[in-house]
Amino acid sequence: MAREPSNTADYLRLYTQMVKIRTFEDHANQLYLSAKMPGLTHMYSGQEAVAVGICEALETTDHITSTHRGHGHCVAKGAAFKEMFCELLGKAEGYCRGKGGSMHIADQDNGNLGANAIVGGSAGIATGAALTAKRLGTGAVTVCFFGDGAVGQGLLYEVMNMAALWSLPVIYACEHNRYGEYTKTEEMAAGSFSARAEAFGIEAFEVDGQDVLAVNRLTTELVRRARAGEGPFFVTLHTYRYHGHHVGDINRTYYRSKDEEADWRENRDPITNFAAHLEAERIASADELAAIREAVAKEAAEAVAYAEAAAYPPQHEVDSHVYLHRSQESAGA
Amino acid sequence: MREITLSKAVNEAIAEEMRRDPTVMLLGEDVAEAGTPFKVLSGLVEEFGPERVLDTPISEPGFTGIAVGAAMTGMRPIVDLMFGDFLFLVMDQLCNQAAKTHYMSGGKLNVPMVLRTNMGATRRSAAQHSQSLHALVAHIPGLKVAMPSSAYEAKGLMKTAIRDDNPVVIFEDKLMYQDKAPVPEEEYLIPFGEAHVKRAGRHITLIATSSMVQVAEAAADTLAEEGIEAEVIDPRTLVPLDEDTLVASVKKTSRAIVIDEGHQSFGVTGEIASRVAQKAFYHLDAPVMRMGAMDVPVPFSPALEDLTVPEPAGVADLARRMVRGEVQYAA
Repeated sequence: MAREPSNTADYLRLYTQMVKIRTFEDHANQLYLSAKMPGLTHMYSGQEAVAVGICEALETTDHITSTHRGHGHCVAKGAAFKEMFCELLGKAEGYCRGKGGSMHIADQDNGNLGANAIVGGSAGIATGAALTAKRLGTGAVTVCFFGDGAVGQGLLYEVMNMAALWSLPVIYACEHNRYGEYTKTEEMAAGSFSARAEAFGIEAFEVDGQDVLAVNRLTTELVRRARAGEGPFFVTLHTYRYHGHHVGDINRTYYRSKDEEADWRENRDPITNFAAHLEAERIASADELAAIREAVAKEAAEAVAYAEAAAYPPQHEVDSHVYLHRSQESAGA
Repeated sequence: MREITLSKAVNEAIAEEMRRDPTVMLLGEDVAEAGTPFKVLSGLVEEFGPERVLDTPISEPGFTGIAVGAAMTGMRPIVDLMFGDFLFLVMDQLCNQAAKTHYMSGGKLNVPMVLRTNMGATRRSAAQHSQSLHALVAHIPGLKVAMPSSAYEAKGLMKTAIRDDNPVVIFEDKLMYQDKAPVPEEEYLIPFGEAHVKRAGRHITLIATSSMVQVAEAAADTLAEEGIEAEVIDPRTLVPLDEDTLVASVKKTSRAIVIDEGHQSFGVTGEIASRVAQKAFYHLDAPVMRMGAMDVPVPFSPALEDLTVPEPAGVADLARRMVRGEVQYAA
């Protein structure tokens, strides 16, 4: 979309993209609970308006870097269910031929430089992508997604300093979901997030991360300004993760209450609230929205079934892609 | 042929590649006007400008990470890491990010970057500016590791590194920057994975890396006076490693010492000795021996520091005893 919504199709696209993420995650959770998925995964449910509001303000040629909680970013940037589920199950047709898994999905064709399993680990990569854009004059903007946990990492401040010194077209998008792993953010981060960025002379913003239109409106403006050379920017998006740190983090009342979780789900759900807005504004009817959900559910179920039946990578691939050999492969940046 | 310093050779390699390919850029601390503390990069900012020869803050993980991202999206950055000891600061960006990106993405992404840094003790710089840490990165699949032993190798390997599509770490010995060697005026590249037989011999093979090649050659000179012909081989790159050339030599001489300036334990000498011993087992007249740096932090005092690294007399002495049949098992 790469702009603010201006017609019915735009609004429905925002809705559809959020539903896709929620649906994807519900399936991923089921795959884990039914022991069909190797390893574990980190659910993005609850944070959909962040990924969709931001990615809908970007072009395909713009870059993002993602996190261990990255399925939402991946879907929002345009990835397909089939290749994503295949990757989650370690199958050959996955985005990374089963070598990355949930925490490392990369989808270069859509500008996703990859999820990263080191908290804050992609801050340098995002800033480097922005350096390329500036050096080569491509006009591309990079969004660096990270959680509130990453504000404890020194790398972030090193690269924010350089991004500010060199006026790089990068947006640092801090998804403040209130918990770093199993600990409340206020027990780990002193002071203000915005002040951290402002100390480098970076303009900082805060937005309700449950409001897809607000996120999209702000990001559209920041992307425009970043393209004009006014970057970098820092945005704190207040949001909430519905699940635990990962799918196996079930008993979590020792760090947050069930009442709190219920309050966010019942009163601040980004999809439910946006649906109500669309109906109230007569942009879409309840039936139309239900039809969207149904279509997405069907697509997801088919993709899961496909992935479950898909082949694992052949054993000889275990030592391919350690190095890029141009003579043997045509892939590469 | 003209002779130039190792420092000048590195400078020429980078300048030639920057002229050839506009996506090649340099970044690191004091790479521009200062030209690094060793003055290796002097003159480059004047020719290529401050956007391609980019001075960074003192933020090694930060600018290494930025190079990874730039490399993933179309640049060919050369990261200048002022001292090899600072590798410990950049390990996540180098080993978790750069080294694994191609593999984790199933071949979708790649990181064509060079990290040039240095190694080598006896500069009286103490324990945090003297380490030779190449074994650490050679341990990580996805990284290539080059170790030039003279100006000639420094230029040819650097040009190959810049054109490689993978992350390459090049270790220059900081004590060799002013050493001169014959370097052709015309362009040349040295392929990775091709060891160089610096000197032919039939009694013992001395496999040596970086400045230890000079040590091995000096030892070979001494041995030659006694009628012992030592073959000196420089692997030139640890990853990839030209095992065939090393094994063929040891099969011929039936004896080998591996000499490297990294700590002896769990390092390059052990790895190469093991590979050679496996493949040349029935040809050996003595255990494959190794000489690395002592397993101590590098001390400051010259009286102590010089004890920690292999030197020619020690290499010659061990070689002599091996050839005489006095080393039947590793004591």
